[in-house]
Amino acid sequence: MIGSPFSHSPDASVSRIMLTLLAALLPAVALHAVLFGPGIFISLILCSVFGLALEVLMLNLRGFPAQPFLRDGSVLVTAWLIAMALPTLLPWWVYLVGMGVAVIAGKHLYGGLGQNLFNPAMLGFTVLLVSFPTLLSTWPAASLLAAHTPSLTESLQLVFQGASSISLDAYTMATPLDNLKVNLRAGLTIQQGWWPTIGAREWVALGYLAGGLMLIALRIITWHIPVAFLAGITLTALILKLIDPAHQAGPFFHLIAGGSMLGAFFFATDPVTAATTPIGKLIFGALAGVIAVFIRAFGSYPDGIGFAILLMNAAAPLIDAYTQPKVLGHTRRRRPGASE
Amino acid sequence: MKTAFPGGIHLPDHKAESCTTPIAAMPLLPRYVVPLSQHIGAAAVPVVKVGDAVLRGQMIARRDGALSCAAHAPTSGVVSAIEVRPMPHPSGLWDLCIVIESDGADAPVAWQPIDWENLPPEAVREQLADRGLAGLGGAVFPSHIKLDPANDGHWPVLVLNGAECEPWITCDDRLMRERATDVLQGARVMQRLIGAAEILVGIEDNKPEAIAAMQSAASPWDDIHIIAVPAVYPMGGGKQLAQQLTGRVTPSGGRTTDVGVQVFNVGTAAALWQAVSQGEPLICRIVSVTGAVERPGNFDVRIGTPINDLITAVGGVREDAAGTLVGGPMMGFLLHDEAATVSKAVNCVLVRPQADFPPRPRALPCIRCSRCAAACPVSLQPFEMYWYARAKDFGKAQSYSLFDCIECGCCSFVCPSAIPLVEFFRYAKGEIWAREQEKGAADQARERHEFREFRLEREKQEKAEKHAKAAAAAKQGASPEDADAARKKAILDAAMARASKARETASPKNTTDLPTDKQQEILEIEMRRAQLKQAVDHQISDIDADAREAEENNG
Repeated sequence: MIGSPFSHSPDASVSRIMLTLLAALLPAVALHAVLFGPGIFISLILCSVFGLALEVLMLNLRGFPAQPFLRDGSVLVTAWLIAMALPTLLPWWVYLVGMGVAVIAGKHLYGGLGQNLFNPAMLGFTVLLVSFPTLLSTWPAASLLAAHTPSLTESLQLVFQGASSISLDAYTMATPLDNLKVNLRAGLTIQQGWWPTIGAREWVALGYLAGGLMLIALRIITWHIPVAFLAGITLTALILKLIDPAHQAGPFFHLIAGGSMLGAFFFATDPVTAATTPIGKLIFGALAGVIAVFIRAFGSYPDGIGFAILLMNAAAPLIDAYTQPKVLGHTRRRRPGASE
Repeated sequence: MKTAFPGGIHLPDHKAESCTTPIAAMPLLPRYVVPLSQHIGAAAVPVVKVGDAVLRGQMIARRDGALSCAAHAPTSGVVSAIEVRPMPHPSGLWDLCIVIESDGADAPVAWQPIDWENLPPEAVREQLADRGLAGLGGAVFPSHIKLDPANDGHWPVLVLNGAECEPWITCDDRLMRERATDVLQGARVMQRLIGAAEILVGIEDNKPEAIAAMQSAASPWDDIHIIAVPAVYPMGGGKQLAQQLTGRVTPSGGRTTDVGVQVFNVGTAAALWQAVSQGEPLICRIVSVTGAVERPGNFDVRIGTPINDLITAVGGVREDAAGTLVGGPMMGFLLHDEAATVSKAVNCVLVRPQADFPPRPRALPCIRCSRCAAACPVSLQPFEMYWYARAKDFGKAQSYSLFDCIECGCCSFVCPSAIPLVEFFRYAKGEIWAREQEKGAADQARERHEFREFRLEREKQEKAEKHAKAAAAAKQGASPEDADAARKKAILDAAMARASKARETASPKNTTDLPTDKQQEILEIEMRRAQLKQAVDHQISDIDADAREAEENNG
């Protein structure tokens, strides 16, 4: 270094950001463990191990040293996000495929941390969702509702041997979003005495909410994207509900169901793949929320958070180009495409 | 009070280390080395020869043109050399200095006070220029020019900059505590010269003693307002402070005077008052010597004092010293040679204590977290500029208003990936300037070539015509002179049209029609460019080098 500044903030480091993100997931992890049993720990450990191994492999193939790139912690964040987004107790190779897509295709093929167009975890999850839709809708039922909650041994058996003494029906349960889709397809309407209720997984959403608020308070993320995202969901759901109350679930359900909270605070806020300007972040978040509800309401998949965020990832550079802040002392904003 | 400009950062201020003791005098040294280009503008021209006896305050180098600044003997003695010596400059280059061996008598030349209340402003400015007055905040712009509103007529607001936002530096703090009246008297003179209606003094609120001293000194005048401003870096930037105090935003590429505000450092005002009331030229300034030295504090230092003598005077460096900075940690520079002398620009000598200046963590990839954008006091998007500067796509970097960057260092400070962003921006600016200059040279060469081609063609035609005419004349005996003149005029017109078309199509450049100080800046950057290019290439190739290393280890 030959030039100023000669000071650097001791608090500013990528690994600190990543570790804080992991810490912010802990409330949800705890809720998950309480509600669904020890399966979540198996997912977290499996994804972390796969992630770290793939990261080392890819760094090696690309000719980069494992240190210091491993120390930035970004692959652990990807791993934990995939673990949290996927149902627990799936066969182990599902987690491997997810992490493989995320780390290899989602991150290193683009050139590594900071270069990727799509959020790696979101990409990994979505590829799994498209490839194995049935597997990904077998969410374990909450311990209170399930006929049987698998013990740690049973959980390990399920993950590694793909079978155990207990039947699938004993511990899984359709998610509320699945229910909604299935019932509506069956011709039921919401007025016919049936109401989409929130399930145990929706309680975990409160954990994401708590962790997300913590991230905002610690200035790891700004409020723009989560607020815009949740506002986009709320408004779109409200409008749809007003138009078609018989077939639409309404804003509260959409806010709490599926991946709304996880997406709002942890996936959509990934700085690498989101819009970066303040106005851009608002547009990015709001549109992601709108698209997610539309996919839920009219698409063939029960949840649309992943698709919505990936779509907006692709649009983020465009949004940035059109929302550049006015530089101090200038009379107008930067024109998109300006080169000189 | 809220910060009026965007961004900014809170820094640990490290003022306590040096601000508790009064400004101390330095002992008379046996030798002073006075640089000839301490200021922005043309270097001063020596008016003494080797062997000449000089008195304290005697002019030893005169201004060279309007944008230049005189230099004076810091003590009485003999001129022993006029030669190149190390300079207190980021480039580490050597430059011409006048060396004076002191005779110990410190005998002064007889200076007359300036009758500023009765003399016309031009005369006052001329006398100030003769006394070598220049901005002491760091830029060292010749004051007589900044005190001349010229075509603007007058500037309604005079801002005195007492913000002192850089950590560690306390020379302005001590000055305001101890010599508040001098500062304000100087400001009165400035006010008259620029026709300002009011004087606003901005002082960061981490200096309550200075604020109190200035407030009590200002009580006789109701057009002087002492204003505490938030201690947010870079509050002490001229444009930032002007915006904080007046709400006026300086247009891009302009100066604060474009919005009717002229900004001076408080130290300049005090020096101006010395020049006016005592007639004394600028041969002394206050310097903070702080950090890992035995007795940190502020000193009245004569211009030309070797920095190693200054460090000796404070008891030398401590064991934990890790390099010396001139200026603060955010915008100062690493001193290459401690034999360099205190010029009018040197406000602080900071010997870095190891504990406060750990090595910068290695740079990691940018994660576009936009913390740099949030910290930028000019609302730039440093991560976008970095992206393009790194890719050497300088046109794109410039389109993100690269040239609005004030290089304050906020972005580099907050970057979690520890990317030396400012370094990339200096590099990009230097490259753009260099390319424009190269392009200018190429354009000139092309024009010369085209004109030569045109001339050769014309001569050929003329020759052919002459032959034809001679042949015709021989046949008919008629004079074709009128036709010949018309043809020549047509050829000339065509050439003029071509030339003016070429001028029109030439794109405007950053390097044309620049004020002298900008040209000076470009020259300085040009000097540093080679070094910087190396440093940046090194940064970029850091990762690649690691990769190679890993590869070698593997196989």
